[in-house]
Amino acid sequence: MSNYLLLGDEAIAQGALDAGLSGIYAYPGTPSTEIMEYVQRAKEASGRAVKSMWSANEKTAMESALGMSYAGKRAMVCMKHVGLNVAADAFMNIAITGVNGGLLIVVADDPSMHSSQNEQDSRYYGQFAMIPVLEPSHQQEAYDMVFYGFEVSERLGLPVMMRITTRMAHSRTVIHRKPELAQNELKLPPNARNYVLLPANARVRYRHLLDQQKELNRCAAQDGYNRFLPGTDTSLGIIACGLAYNYLMEHFPSGSCPWPVLRICQYPVPVPMVEQLTSVCSRILVLEEGYPLLEQQLRGLLPHPSREILGRLSGAVPRDGELNPRIVGHALGLPSQTGQAVPPIVANRPPAFCNGCGHSDMFKVINEVMEPYGPNHVFGDIGCYTLGFLPPYNTLSSCVDMGSAVTMAKGAADAGMSPSLGVIGDSTFTHSGMTGLLDLIIDHTPATIIIADNATTGMTGGQESSAFGRLESICLGLGIHPDHLIVLLPLRKHHEENVAALKAEVEYAGPSVVIFRRECVQTAARRARSKNQE
Amino acid sequence: MKTDIILAGVGGQGILSIATVIGLAAMKKGLNIKQAEVHGMSQRGGAVQSNLRISSKPISSDLIPEGQADVILSVEPMEALRYLPFLRPEGWVVTNIRPFRNIPDYPDMEALIPQVEALPRVVTLDADQMASDSGNARSSNMVMLGAATPFLNLSPQEMEEAITEIFQRKGPGVVQTNLCAYRSGLEIARKRQEASR
Ligand SMILES: Cc1ncc(C[n+]2csc(CCOP(=O)(O)OP(=O)(O)O)c2C)c(N)n1
Repeated sequence: MSNYLLLGDEAIAQGALDAGLSGIYAYPGTPSTEIMEYVQRAKEASGRAVKSMWSANEKTAMESALGMSYAGKRAMVCMKHVGLNVAADAFMNIAITGVNGGLLIVVADDPSMHSSQNEQDSRYYGQFAMIPVLEPSHQQEAYDMVFYGFEVSERLGLPVMMRITTRMAHSRTVIHRKPELAQNELKLPPNARNYVLLPANARVRYRHLLDQQKELNRCAAQDGYNRFLPGTDTSLGIIACGLAYNYLMEHFPSGSCPWPVLRICQYPVPVPMVEQLTSVCSRILVLEEGYPLLEQQLRGLLPHPSREILGRLSGAVPRDGELNPRIVGHALGLPSQTGQAVPPIVANRPPAFCNGCGHSDMFKVINEVMEPYGPNHVFGDIGCYTLGFLPPYNTLSSCVDMGSAVTMAKGAADAGMSPSLGVIGDSTFTHSGMTGLLDLIIDHTPATIIIADNATTGMTGGQESSAFGRLESICLGLGIHPDHLIVLLPLRKHHEENVAALKAEVEYAGPSVVIFRRECVQTAARRARSKNQE
Repeated sequence: MKTDIILAGVGGQGILSIATVIGLAAMKKGLNIKQAEVHGMSQRGGAVQSNLRISSKPISSDLIPEGQADVILSVEPMEALRYLPFLRPEGWVVTNIRPFRNIPDYPDMEALIPQVEALPRVVTLDADQMASDSGNARSSNMVMLGAATPFLNLSPQEMEEAITEIFQRKGPGVVQTNLCAYRSGLEIARKRQEASR
């Protein structure tokens, strides 16, 4: 079959299309976004009527995927690592209900926090839920694993997680496709009661999940993704998980590593394979992208008298941040090489608002209104507008998790901070801000919620926003007083009137919503380009 | 054969359009490719780079190890210097000298350009000027690709085929201006390379 030069994310999307996918649900988040974007562009997706949707948030996406699986079809749900926190309630319980059609949950971690608030390791969630976790080491493997993931999900009746990281997601390579599989027929689950997690059912289902663990271990040992590679020098044994295996092998261009290696790309980790390594090596180096999950398991609580475990906890590998060839070489004691140092003349170039961005006009208005009150009264949230934290604006005092600007403004107002403001993007608002606004309205909290509405999900590349065209009706429906819902146009020429309007709402002793609405310049330009092409 | 290339620039400058051409040329030649890109936050006007690895043997790491890049291809002069730790001692820097100023503390050009030109193996050019001269101000990335070609282990003919294939969709006029831009860059690099022999 034909070859394609695909990103890891795109390889996963193509794999899913080829493996008989019927529906994909996601909320954007770097580095997972391109999976859905690929499906939405793919001709075979529309040709085969594959359902694809940017959901309101990761939880609604996960539940929609479960519903599709319930009806017997293959479904995929994609998110970034912190998105799994939002979807965690559904996630943990789907392990208990089990699935009908294959359900693949793709979670993209971001070690080194290139575009994220933290570098949490989703493998812990997989372990927590006691479901199979796949961690591909290269893009072709990711493609192949999608087929395997669906197949094993249906065979075990369990959701399967695929954990990827930034470099896997955003690195491109040639992908060889397999023949396409047909989609599943609509077929309701034979045991629909499994999905009713009343205590009596839930206990039965949980015991079933516990009983299945032996089978999960057997799959991980026998299905070929975990491999023991013998070596001649047994002074060291290496466990390399996912991408770490590549950074290891980069040091051995001939393709053979002198030390025995256990390559782990599927969890739970099969104990007999680890024993195979520890029976020949008493010093073990664990290389894993993310937290020291396996290293901690190997160490246990008490030191083993005759075994030395090296890794992120021992200091052989830095405790935080993503791996790279240099770090792995250093852990192996290999000589390192580096070019010339970065000359001091090179200045930092942090991300910034695009030229002409409406967010910057909005922050100028907020700053003028807030000037008399001093700093630190304005909570922020997650999106392009978070850059309002940086100079020259210095407006925002927080960026925690999606929706938190609204509810932190509430809590601080409850504590007596006045005025109290929250700034939230349109997509972030429909993701997790609406429910918080309901709290403010019910409690008549004196806080002003500013919605930075650029009519798109800007930070992640301009996906459609669930808020588009609906913000006023949502806020009114939640019960905001119509006199305290105002819409402003953030343009320099309206600065004075915008300041006056915002000032009035900030001074109002109840909940108010101020929408600053102007289309993202990038989205507008893209729209103009595609119109021109028509 | 192995070529490790670091593509450098600022979010929004479109360095990936260069990677696309190299990637296609390498794929048609049956070579192995890995191309790590930056997506996400830095695309908002921050420093961005792409690690492009081409080899006749399988490639392990998606990231180029420090001190091993054969070429730094930068569409902006200050960004060319940011990745020097990744360049191998005998590696080349090919860079546009047109600055992209979106930060208040961008260095003085009188200080910056001499530092760039003092690098042991460097090709500098004003790709923006050359692109407008060749009829399309937006094809400066193809000028840069031309200037880097002698260091990439792919022939000009293979590159031109890839350019043609990629721009075909937009019509023969667009293909021609891009090829024209490409050739003007190639010319500069050849002269520079001969001068250094
Ligand atoms: C739970 C969670 N999901 C996804 C993300 C990724 N993410 C960060 S910013 C952003 C877009 C926000 O869009 P919007 O609120 O409209 O603001 P804009 O960037 O357009 O200004 C997304 C999806 C995240 N950080 N956390």
